[in-house]
Amino acid sequence: MSNSHFVRTQMLPPQKPPVGETGVIKWMRENLFSNWFNTLLTFLGLWAVYALVSGSAPWFLNGVWTASSVDECRAIIAASAGEGASGACWAMINERWHQFMFGFFDREEYWRPLLAFGLLFVALSPVLYFNLRRPTMIMTAGAGVVLVMLLWAVGTDGWHLSLAAVLMAALAALAWVAPKKLLWVTLAFPATAFFLLWGGSVWAPIGVMLGFGIAVLVWRSLVSVIGVSPAAGVAALTALIWWGFVQGHVTGFLANALPFFSLPAEDSDRFGGFLLSFVIGVSAISASLPIGILLALGRRSDMFLIKTLSVGFIEFVRGVPLITMLFTASLLLQYFLPPQTNFDLILRVIILVSLFASAYIAEVIRGGLAALPRGQQEAADSLGLDYWQAQRLIIMPQALKVAIPGIVSSFIGLFKDTTLVALVGLADPLQGVTKVVKADIAWKAAYWEPFIFVGAIFFIFCFSMSRYSMYLEQKLKTDHR
Amino acid sequence: MAMVSDAPKGNFRLSMLVYDTRYRSFTIQVIVLGLFIAFVAWLLLNLQANLAAKDKDISYSFLFNRAGYDIDQQLIPYTNDSTHGRALFVGLFNTLAVSIAACFAATLIGVTAGVLRLSKNWIVGRLMTVYIEVFRNVPLLLWILLAFSIFAQVMPEPKDFKVTQEMVDQGLEPPAQKIFFDSIAITNRGTNVPAPLLDRPLGSVSVLDVPINLSVLAAIAVIWGSFWVNGRIRASAKAIQEDTGIRPVTWWKSLLVLIVPTTALLLALGFHLEVPAFAADENGVSKGFNFVGGISLAHSFTALFLALSIYHGTYIAEAVRGGILAISRGQTEAAYALGLRPNRTMNLIILPQALRVIVPPLISQYLNITKNSTLGMAISYLDLKGTLGGITLNQTGRELECMLLMMLIYLILSLTISLGMNIFNNSVKLKER
Repeated sequence: MSNSHFVRTQMLPPQKPPVGETGVIKWMRENLFSNWFNTLLTFLGLWAVYALVSGSAPWFLNGVWTASSVDECRAIIAASAGEGASGACWAMINERWHQFMFGFFDREEYWRPLLAFGLLFVALSPVLYFNLRRPTMIMTAGAGVVLVMLLWAVGTDGWHLSLAAVLMAALAALAWVAPKKLLWVTLAFPATAFFLLWGGSVWAPIGVMLGFGIAVLVWRSLVSVIGVSPAAGVAALTALIWWGFVQGHVTGFLANALPFFSLPAEDSDRFGGFLLSFVIGVSAISASLPIGILLALGRRSDMFLIKTLSVGFIEFVRGVPLITMLFTASLLLQYFLPPQTNFDLILRVIILVSLFASAYIAEVIRGGLAALPRGQQEAADSLGLDYWQAQRLIIMPQALKVAIPGIVSSFIGLFKDTTLVALVGLADPLQGVTKVVKADIAWKAAYWEPFIFVGAIFFIFCFSMSRYSMYLEQKLKTDHR
Repeated sequence: MAMVSDAPKGNFRLSMLVYDTRYRSFTIQVIVLGLFIAFVAWLLLNLQANLAAKDKDISYSFLFNRAGYDIDQQLIPYTNDSTHGRALFVGLFNTLAVSIAACFAATLIGVTAGVLRLSKNWIVGRLMTVYIEVFRNVPLLLWILLAFSIFAQVMPEPKDFKVTQEMVDQGLEPPAQKIFFDSIAITNRGTNVPAPLLDRPLGSVSVLDVPINLSVLAAIAVIWGSFWVNGRIRASAKAIQEDTGIRPVTWWKSLLVLIVPTTALLLALGFHLEVPAFAADENGVSKGFNFVGGISLAHSFTALFLALSIYHGTYIAEAVRGGILAISRGQTEAAYALGLRPNRTMNLIILPQALRVIVPPLISQYLNITKNSTLGMAISYLDLKGTLGGITLNQTGRELECMLLMMLIYLILSLTISLGMNIFNNSVKLKER
């Protein structure tokens, strides 16, 4: 009776799970073949991928990068991949990429738009990361490094390359020492960019900026005496007088007296390609932000007249297609301005596109304002803040935060819509430049390459912007849900 | 005895217009009104001066003059002897045609892609993500031009569809084939689709110079009527269900009501499809240079339609996905707890709630499709922008009149769409107290 029962003294090792419940097989069973419909979808998807890849891969793989014409491309492809094989002729992009990027800008002057592009990021950094030393510095320095590389890539002469490098290094140092001071770069950016892009005498943009300076001075000195709105009115009037009657004489005199501060002037018809898209997109979105904020506030205003005007403007602009606005710029604007006023088509397009974008931005910001609980406004009122103080300190910071994704997607939409300017005769990258490039008999037969090149660049910019706005949305979400 | 005192009245001083918040808004509005009137007056004065300088006037009489140009896609009768006003309407109907078609297709594509992107199937989910991200991050104009180029460059010529004597002798097939059960021929000149024809049409009556096709009217009436009867059947089934708890079987009644009357009408009218084909002799050898019969859709229409529906389909897909994700998981779990199967959970619980979230962005996409149909200008699609804002404008030189009229029409279109969709939105909106 020694062994009538048995008690195991050691633990059994755990049994392995069934093969179908682990690893790849389980994953595939759950995600690809969970039922007959899912299995069907999987095979359909695999077939679609196969069809896409097998259809397009040879064309991409046979691509030729160096040739002088499409015929030469075809000859090379026929020689390497056999008769009848098709392939991309990237040589066209290789030869003409600069026109897709810069339009018809002088090649020696490519450093100017690039420098403006680099400064754009420096100007953005204090807006995105106000008074945060590290990110401001990183963004400025990063923009500097990329800028120098780009400048080197387009073959800028040493003098301008080192000028840009020194400038960007100085700005990065400024970002490290006094990140707040970088805001001055932001304020000066419009005039700087205008000077860099269009060239001419430095005094004209300075004169325009002086008008803003004068307005701020007048406003500062009057605001405590007569209140916010009247002071703003007087300041605007002073600035208008300066721009209308005084500035021309002063800057004309200065340009004559000190002629050496100038760059070779570039006509607007030399602007094209992505340079044009960026100029229109960036200036329209930055001009439309303040107008959009005012319109959104106007739409929520208690004052009947202001509300009516804002709603009327917003709904009118949102109700008509962008093309009609562009044609207004090219055909109609001349009817509504004083006779013999004739200014640049790009400028007219920028103005109309800004007005167009501001209506959309206004709706985005109105969404942000609507998301705020009424208590915020009431709390501000009970603290004794006046309307503008409450907007500036309490309402707008919160509303804009909510509106950021919407603003970014408006910008993406606007950036894509800049391709429409081709319809009023400007050289956008998609149609305008492509038409010019294909006017050359050597590249006439290249149908798909420009589409793919321009589309890829648009995709890179728009996709990264939309990802950035999703990241911002996550980061700025402060409610704990 | 309570003494109620009024607020101190005080004397009204002029400075109160600026300092007193009760009066200040009045002051501001007066100033704004003044500035606005001054601005409008300035514009009008400039307009007058400019018109005088160019020796022009504002007149819409050109709308009654002969247009003198051809439009290849006409939904109402039009020849180049018709007036500019009629050309305007042809353009307007072309705008509406491509917009409505694209709205339907984009909704179909968008809902499918949005639901599939949420699918558990890894490959399908990734594929839909790629589709959505690629198409929405590249300008619409590029897709329009690309679609047009593909049609014009890649598609076979009409002569490739021809059957020659040699092919008949040797039993060969022509190099290009019609697709979709041998009914649709895509050539580099246009897409030939079957035309619906009637052997015994009801004829048409003319109301205010606009012909109205009685057969179409009859078909619409019958279809609407059968849907109405179907609605009654379902309603009575629901009443019985609420009374007794047992829902009577209705599917065969619905099927009968929906199909039989329409089929009967079509048979009575002698409905058949006319498939585009080459004229052929008795041996099957093709004659002529192009397809005979059927409807030839211009590539400008097809390309614009495809690009609009695929591009805006991505936005609708994102709206659908967002709407479905906005419904909290608790709803699904509650439905499962009640014993509903996944399909019914989706149809009865999730989608009706998601619809409320989806409808507002859907409205704005429909508006965008209508507005973006103007991009057809890039491939010479003669919509409202192409006729009134394009050829008419260039021929008559009346930029001001054409542009203003065109903006007005688009504005009315947009406002009508948003009005209609807002009514729909109110009907599906959560009924709150």
